[in-house]
Amino acid sequence: MNFDFSDDQKSLKDQARKFLADKAGAKVTRRVLDNAEVSYDEGLWRGVAEMGWLGAAIPEAHGGLGLGHLELCVLAEELGRAVAPVPFSSTVYFFAEAFMLAGSEAQKAALLPKLAAGEIIGCFASSEGPGAPTPSNIQARFDGAVLNGAKIPVPDGDCASHVVVVAKEGAGVSLALVELDQPGVTRTTLKTLDPTRGHAKLEFKNAKAERIGAAGQGWELAEAVLDRAAVLIAFEQVGGSQACLEMATEYAKSRYAFSRPIGSFQAIKHKLADMYVAIEVARSNAYYGAWALSTEAAELPFAAAASRAAASDAFYMCAKENIQTHGGMGFTWDVDCHLYFRRAKLLALQAGSPAVWKEKLVRRLEQRNAA
Amino acid sequence: MDFNDTTEEAAFRAEARAFLEAHCKPKVAEKDRMNRSLRGLDYLKAAKAYQKQKAQAGFAGITWAKEHGGRGLPPIFSVIFGQEEAKFDAPAAPFAIGLGMCLPTVIAFGSEEIKQRYVAKALSGEEIWCQLFSEPGAGSDVAASKTKAVKDGDDWIVNGQKVWTTGAHFSDFGILLVRTNPDVEKHKGLTMLIVDMKAPGVDVRPIHQASGGSDFNEVYFTDVRIKDDHRLGDSGQGWGVALVTLMNERLAVGGSYGPDYKEIMNFARSASSPTGEGSLMQNEAFRQKLADWVVRAEGYKLAKFRTMTALSKGQTPGPESSIGKVINANQMMDISNAAIEALDHYGIIDDPALAPIDGAFHQSYMFAPGLRIAGGTDEILKNILAERVLGLPQDQRADKGIAFKDLPSGR
Repeated sequence: MNFDFSDDQKSLKDQARKFLADKAGAKVTRRVLDNAEVSYDEGLWRGVAEMGWLGAAIPEAHGGLGLGHLELCVLAEELGRAVAPVPFSSTVYFFAEAFMLAGSEAQKAALLPKLAAGEIIGCFASSEGPGAPTPSNIQARFDGAVLNGAKIPVPDGDCASHVVVVAKEGAGVSLALVELDQPGVTRTTLKTLDPTRGHAKLEFKNAKAERIGAAGQGWELAEAVLDRAAVLIAFEQVGGSQACLEMATEYAKSRYAFSRPIGSFQAIKHKLADMYVAIEVARSNAYYGAWALSTEAAELPFAAAASRAAASDAFYMCAKENIQTHGGMGFTWDVDCHLYFRRAKLLALQAGSPAVWKEKLVRRLEQRNAA
Repeated sequence: MDFNDTTEEAAFRAEARAFLEAHCKPKVAEKDRMNRSLRGLDYLKAAKAYQKQKAQAGFAGITWAKEHGGRGLPPIFSVIFGQEEAKFDAPAAPFAIGLGMCLPTVIAFGSEEIKQRYVAKALSGEEIWCQLFSEPGAGSDVAASKTKAVKDGDDWIVNGQKVWTTGAHFSDFGILLVRTNPDVEKHKGLTMLIVDMKAPGVDVRPIHQASGGSDFNEVYFTDVRIKDDHRLGDSGQGWGVALVTLMNERLAVGGSYGPDYKEIMNFARSASSPTGEGSLMQNEAFRQKLADWVVRAEGYKLAKFRTMTALSKGQTPGPESSIGKVINANQMMDISNAAIEALDHYGIIDDPALAPIDGAFHQSYMFAPGLRIAGGTDEILKNILAERVLGLPQDQRADKGIAFKDLPSGR
């Protein structure tokens, strides 16, 4: 039994934490929060690229570090902890994973080295309006060469250079790659609950596009990409949850009311203990997801759904109870609690809400039992 | 990351498996396990015989030092044996508290003579032990114990009452927390003694539980004489001794009890949806709840794998393992409640002849409240997590600097 990260992976984690403590953190996140003109922090993004993190799981042959997905999970946890305002998840968990999963050799050779070097920013577009996207309600249409339709919201769609679009092709669904810097694409920046990460509406009018993977295989591919991204997002959520618990714990030790630290009251202790239990449950499920992702295990769809269901609930709970523990201060703009509360909602909704993942989890459990 | 044993662990697991296959019957269904009373004499006889076989084969006291008849292996091997044993119908329950909690305390604090007298016989199953800590006025606050021991020459004379004592009715000996000095602060006036459960003046009475069954006892002590050489630790140091016992409680791996998410899933396929068409399994609200149960049950199982990994590297488990009971007891409550409510009005029937899976959900529903209290209430366990894992300050205490006899007790 070795259900833990290796010493090398742990030292990568320490390294990442030090780097982010220096280069990221609330002050950097707030630069994006307080400036409606920017949707990510360019300096931090360059730093992340220089560290090689964008290519952590990309093979060396394609310009990456070739480390693997366990290393990527470790980085994701630290980025989540730091509420990093960079398009990392869109570029790495979705875009790069889509190409590693389904891209042709030519596509991989053309895109992955640039992506690993931080020269391009990728994103992934599935939603078209309220409700979860399904193979039948998708309207965007790809004909093998051009794309028409609209996607809203697209995470990091306002700063990305490339997008992978889930679109109808004939009677089926395909994945299409679109370069965003072209006349057929209109981007509108969206106002969202988490302004520390950009979101856009993307409209395509005969935009030039190329297929990724086989025609008609797009929905299955998209689901596979979502499963991989789900594990990685779960690590960001675990990192964010842990940061909330630590913030709340520190505050509860130092804040006095009724002439004693508020952390000496059971009402606060039990709240923080509940947060701790939720994080342990989320972390353990996420580790299982990490194992499944890194070994390409048949359990990945089940593990991904469990990771995501546990982590979304944990981060929501930890973020809201962190505010509550801070009392009135927690409700001010200047205290960082709301950064996590905002990010918790973004991460819970991206690529499927908690209800969607819980339903996926049960369906996959039924399939596993039937098998 | 992998889920594989090391070579040494795999060899041990194979050895354990071979032993269990030779000496145990296959596992019985949960409902049968729940319906089986531990009070039967046949069961106890079988349990003692099994423990003796375990001791002879080297599977008793796996982590104990060799000088005490153990095997001197790291805790991971004990966990591995426990995992394999759980796959069989092994009558190990009567020894869990004695060997898991009492005897490690005896080994830590007993004199050479005491260890010579008791350790081997406990390990071989010849003698069974129980733990006498809780009292009617000392549950979560067990240091408030007031069962009194007064020195009379070389003897202690004990009077008072203990409660919720698992296995007292079939135990031969117990470790007993007594008040020996009421004139000092509560934690400083306690002493730990070894009591012969068959001694004159020891009266064991079963507790009639809210669930209807009788799994625990109250134990009354009337002028019970105990030799001073049966003291564990110094007089007045009993609280420190008790903490060692309670720390060992964590090592006794707490599993779940009652029907789990797999069982309610089986049930849901054939039960009809309480609110409309189709089966319970097709009910959207049920499916969302089921997902939560799956995530928590799997999360707990996987958290134990993380603990095992730490054990495998030679680390000792900390208070983190307290999450298990907080998760499991509530989950047991929720699952049984959901199954019963899904039956609509029919759910009120708990007759095993009429209720689903022979009434196991109903039994679980009635037992779950006890599990939320036993072995440390959810609230005490959350305090432990908050104080010992998160480092939050202790609650303000109303008993500091006050002699035990002057403490308010509300009566």
